[in-house]
Amino acid sequence: METVTAKKTMLECVNLKKAYPTPKGDFVVLEDFQLKIKEEEFISIIGHSGCGKSTLLTMIAGLNDITEGNIIVDANRIQGAGPDRAVVFQSPSLFPWMTAMENVMIGVKQVFAHGTKKQREDICKYYLDKVGLGDSFHQRASSLSQGMQQRVGIARAFALKPKVLLLDEPFGMLDSMTRVELQDVLIDVWAKEKITAVMVTHDVDEAILLSDRVIMMTGGPYAKVGDVAHIEIERPRHRKTTIEDPRFYEYRQYLLNFLDH
Amino acid sequence: METKILNALKWSGLGFLEPLIKLIQGKEKDKNIRLVLRQIVVPVLSVFIFLGVCNFGASYLYNKERDIKIEKTRSVQGDAAAAQMAECIDSSDLSCKPNSLPSPADVKQGAISLWNDHKMISEKKSAFKEKTAAINKQRKEQGLKAITYTGRPSFVDQIITSLKTVFAGFLLAAFFAIPVGIVLGLSETLRSSINWIIQILKPVSPVVWLLLVSMVVKTVMANSDSDKAFIISFISVGFCSMWATLVNTTMGVSSVNPDYINVSKVLRLSVFSNIFKVILPASIPMIFTGLRITLSVAWMVLIAIELLAQSPGLGSFVWEEFQNGANDSNAKIIVAMFVIGFIGFMLDRVMMFIQKLISFEAK
Repeated sequence: METVTAKKTMLECVNLKKAYPTPKGDFVVLEDFQLKIKEEEFISIIGHSGCGKSTLLTMIAGLNDITEGNIIVDANRIQGAGPDRAVVFQSPSLFPWMTAMENVMIGVKQVFAHGTKKQREDICKYYLDKVGLGDSFHQRASSLSQGMQQRVGIARAFALKPKVLLLDEPFGMLDSMTRVELQDVLIDVWAKEKITAVMVTHDVDEAILLSDRVIMMTGGPYAKVGDVAHIEIERPRHRKTTIEDPRFYEYRQYLLNFLDH
Repeated sequence: METKILNALKWSGLGFLEPLIKLIQGKEKDKNIRLVLRQIVVPVLSVFIFLGVCNFGASYLYNKERDIKIEKTRSVQGDAAAAQMAECIDSSDLSCKPNSLPSPADVKQGAISLWNDHKMISEKKSAFKEKTAAINKQRKEQGLKAITYTGRPSFVDQIITSLKTVFAGFLLAAFFAIPVGIVLGLSETLRSSINWIIQILKPVSPVVWLLLVSMVVKTVMANSDSDKAFIISFISVGFCSMWATLVNTTMGVSSVNPDYINVSKVLRLSVFSNIFKVILPASIPMIFTGLRITLSVAWMVLIAIELLAQSPGLGSFVWEEFQNGANDSNAKIIVAMFVIGFIGFMLDRVMMFIQKLISFEAK
């Protein structure tokens, strides 16, 4: 805990509010929402469907307007979307007409505009290799399986070297086998990069396995932070040792209890 | 090798031959016999049935026309002349042949005579070229215009002229409609404010476009000695046919998967790369569907426009034959009809082929 508290705040939501205007008056999704995330922290947000957790994530990404309040990333108020907040979307959202390599490259080109072509290619290759696509650089995205596409999605996000990594139910569309594989990939890559991350998920096990903190949101409308669980299982984590840790089941029970209410 | 041939067939739109090839190789007999029956035998059979029906219809009309002609002679010139006319018709003398719907055999005859006519004219042309080669060389040295062949064009020349006109019109439509469609697709304000103009102009008849275009071109090019009829007809063809591409491009661009747009926003792509690397590739299937409709509409209205603009081509060929009223004119019109239909079909196939080549969806 000591080491974490010494780190600077990377992402902060202050008095955040999101309302959608309807004919019957505003529909308030989030109100008076506060959140502080330190550098190199991995947090998960769980809650029932429709509680506004995805809305929160798209607001941080800058893809959704903020009704009131502020979102501050690395001491700057955010203005629209940008590569400093990379997003891994629920559907892989690759450009199907490009190869895996080109899909990563198009982002890398934006961020490392000054590098040489060789340097940029090396960055792409490094991350594609890390997510296990070392021999599929030049395959078209449309010919890759869903799981492989999402691997490219993860590589694309990390390759941007963002300040904050946003994951919007990144494994929600995958079958359970592929999901386990990709969670392992994410644990490994994140352990090397330690990029501040916010992940929205439905899956309690996934949240505990990956996060330092799990934020539990109350049901919407007027959603806010209901409870917070600090996951103190040591890093680097591995699926097997983490699941065998007796604390894993305590956290699991705690989170499930919250969600049952 | 084998899969290569099959792929080539599939790509060129001849995929229906696949079971026949497999059958010849002796693979999966039962299944392929059924497929050959369905994909090759039945279509060929249907062609024969079609020819039979045409033949029947043609001979029915021929007999009716014959009776009318004989009756008419009888009422004007008396019985003796009528009997003479009946004899003349039955001896298949061309001079008194009733002019009705031609039979398939007549059409075949018409096609052959058109082909012979083409051969004769091309011979004349090359003879003319040989004869004038020396003079033209001299004229070129003197800086004068070469003497060109100004005789009657053959049927094949007409086809080529028509194709030129349709391509010019199609290119005009594409170069206008795609960029405008992209702009409209990107801006909702523009889209909703211009939509009514598009909705009003879209159903306007080709004839009206032709008149409108000729009003403008006549004045603009008053002092130019270029081929005005050609310019008027290709611009009209472009105007008539561009709407499908315009509407489809607008739709395609405005309905790009929002996930792609979000990725583009997160990456902060420039306007230029957003359009050329994300929006255009994503809407290519829609744009191409529009272009295919445009090309087929262009080919369809071309005939009517050439006819009215007195621009050379298949349209004026059909009209001249109709006005001409020679005994094989009707057969030639039917030949032209099939040629027009077949070329239209091939143009669509070519577009489909190009679409498969550049679209990400088909792969």
